[in-house]
Amino acid sequence: MRFVSFSSWLETAPSWVHGLPKGTQSFLFQLFQTFVVGDRWKLFADGLRITFIVTLGALALGIIIGLILAIIRTLYCSYTVNKPPFILKVLNSFTELYLTVIRGTPMMVQLLIMGFVIFVPKTETGCIVCGIITLGINSGAYVAEIVRSGLMSIDKGQTEAGRSLGFNYGQTMFYIIIPQAVKNILPALGNEMITLLKDTSLVSVIALRDITKQAQNIQSLTYNALVPYLSLAAIYLVLVIGLTKLLAVFERRLRKSEH
Amino acid sequence: MNTDEKVIEVKGLEKSFDDIEVLKGIDIDIHKCEVVVIIGASGSGKSTFLRCLNCLEDPTGGCIYFDGVDLADVSVDINVHRQNMGMVFQHFNLFPHMTVLRNMTIAPMKLKGLSAEEAENKAYELLKTVGLEDRADAYPSQLSGGQKQRIAIVRALAMEPEVMLFDEPTSALDPEMVGEVLDVMKNLAKEGMTMVVVTHEMGFAREVGDRIIFMDDGVIGEEGTPEEVFDHPKSERLQSFLAKVL
Repeated sequence: MRFVSFSSWLETAPSWVHGLPKGTQSFLFQLFQTFVVGDRWKLFADGLRITFIVTLGALALGIIIGLILAIIRTLYCSYTVNKPPFILKVLNSFTELYLTVIRGTPMMVQLLIMGFVIFVPKTETGCIVCGIITLGINSGAYVAEIVRSGLMSIDKGQTEAGRSLGFNYGQTMFYIIIPQAVKNILPALGNEMITLLKDTSLVSVIALRDITKQAQNIQSLTYNALVPYLSLAAIYLVLVIGLTKLLAVFERRLRKSEH
Repeated sequence: MNTDEKVIEVKGLEKSFDDIEVLKGIDIDIHKCEVVVIIGASGSGKSTFLRCLNCLEDPTGGCIYFDGVDLADVSVDINVHRQNMGMVFQHFNLFPHMTVLRNMTIAPMKLKGLSAEEAENKAYELLKTVGLEDRADAYPSQLSGGQKQRIAIVRALAMEPEVMLFDEPTSALDPEMVGEVLDVMKNLAKEGMTMVVVTHEMGFAREVGDRIIFMDDGVIGEEGTPEEVFDHPKSERLQSFLAKVL
C-alpha cells in the first residue's frame, strides 16, 4: 500500500474525523500518509537508528581525537622557556594544520570529499563508518579547542604545586589539572554534542539513510513536504531537549561535588 | 646549628627572561639543618632564585647541586629530587577538588607507594602538629588563609623532604594570620629542618635565620648572621632597604 487517496482514507477513517473542518482533515490525512501508510514510521525509526549510531560514534571519536590534540597543544604551550623537543614541534604543527583545515572548510564539503573521493563506501556499513569518521574528525577539532581552553583555565600554581611534590607532567595532569578542568569543559562539550547531533543531518549527502534522508524519501513518496519535515524538526527538537536536560542533571551533580 | 654537610650548592646561577637578566650569578651553599632567610626588595630576584632551586624555573646559566647531583643534567630525574624538596607557595596552591586529607596523602601514596592507612596516619600526625586535625575532611575553600598555608606546609612535609623552600609564605595572608604560620615554621626550624625562606618578615628572619642573604638586583648584596646583617649592615643598599622595612 504505497498510495492512498484522500477520499478512500476518509471513508475508512473513524466517524469523529468527519465532523472536523476540511483543513484539519487534510492535515490528519497527511499525517496518516507520512507515518501509517506502508508502515512509514519504520523509515523514521530506521533513520533514527542511523542518526544515533553516527552521533555516538562521531562523539566518541571526536572526544578521543580532541583529547589527544588538546594534550599536544597544552604540552607544547607548557614549554615557555625551554625549546620543546623536535617531535613535539612536528606534532604541534600537524595539530595546527588539522585545526585550520577542519575548522576552515564546511562540514558538507568534508563529507563530500570523504564520501566520494577518499573512502567511496559501497555498503551501508561502509557509509556509516565513513560518516562517523568524517564527523568525528570534524568534531575532534572543536573538542580539542574546548579541552585546551579548559586545561589552560586552571591556575598555573596548581601545576607548580603538583610538580613540586614530585609528580611528573602526566601525573600532575591526571590527578590535579584534569579533575578541575572537567567542570569548565563540560558545558562547552555539551554544546558540541548538541551541534554534532544536529550536524548528522548532513550525512544524507553520502547516501546514508539517516532520519533527514528518510523524511526526504517520504516527501518524494507522498508529494507532501509539510508533515514529514515538520515531524523531522520536532524529532530533532525532542532529542536536543532531552540531551540538554541530561547535561543539566550531569552539571548539577558535578557542581554539588564542588567546593 | 648548621653542620658542614652541604645539601644545596649553587654556582654562578644565572636566569634571564627573554632580555631581562633576573639573576646575575649567584653562589651559595646551604648546609644541613641550616635556616637561610633571603630578603630584598621586590624584583631583586629572591623568588626566581628559590624557584630555580626547585627547577620550577630553568636556569640559563650556572649549576645547582642537590645532594651532590647536578640538577641541570638531562639524565637526572628531576621528579625524584623534587620529592626531597618541599615547596610552600605564596598563594598556597592547595588542590581545591580534594579534602585536606587527600591533599596530604595523594603524593605519598602515588609517589612513595604508601598505603592509604600509612599515608593517613602520617597525615593526622602532621595535622596534629599544626593544630588542624579536626579539619582533615574539609575542603580548602572552607579554610582561612592561615589554615590553608599551614596545610600547604604539612602537605609538603608529608613527603618527608630533606629541604623546605618557602616562597613568601605569609605575603598573601591577613595580618592576624601571619603569626600562626610563622609559628609552624619556627617549630620546623627547631626540629632541625633545612630551610630556605624568602620573606618580608624581618622579625622572623632575625629570630629564626641562621644566615641572612640580602639579594640586590640579581646578585647577593650582602650575607651574614642576623646580627651582622640587621645590626651592622655594611652596604648602603642594605642600609636603605632596612631603613624602609624596619
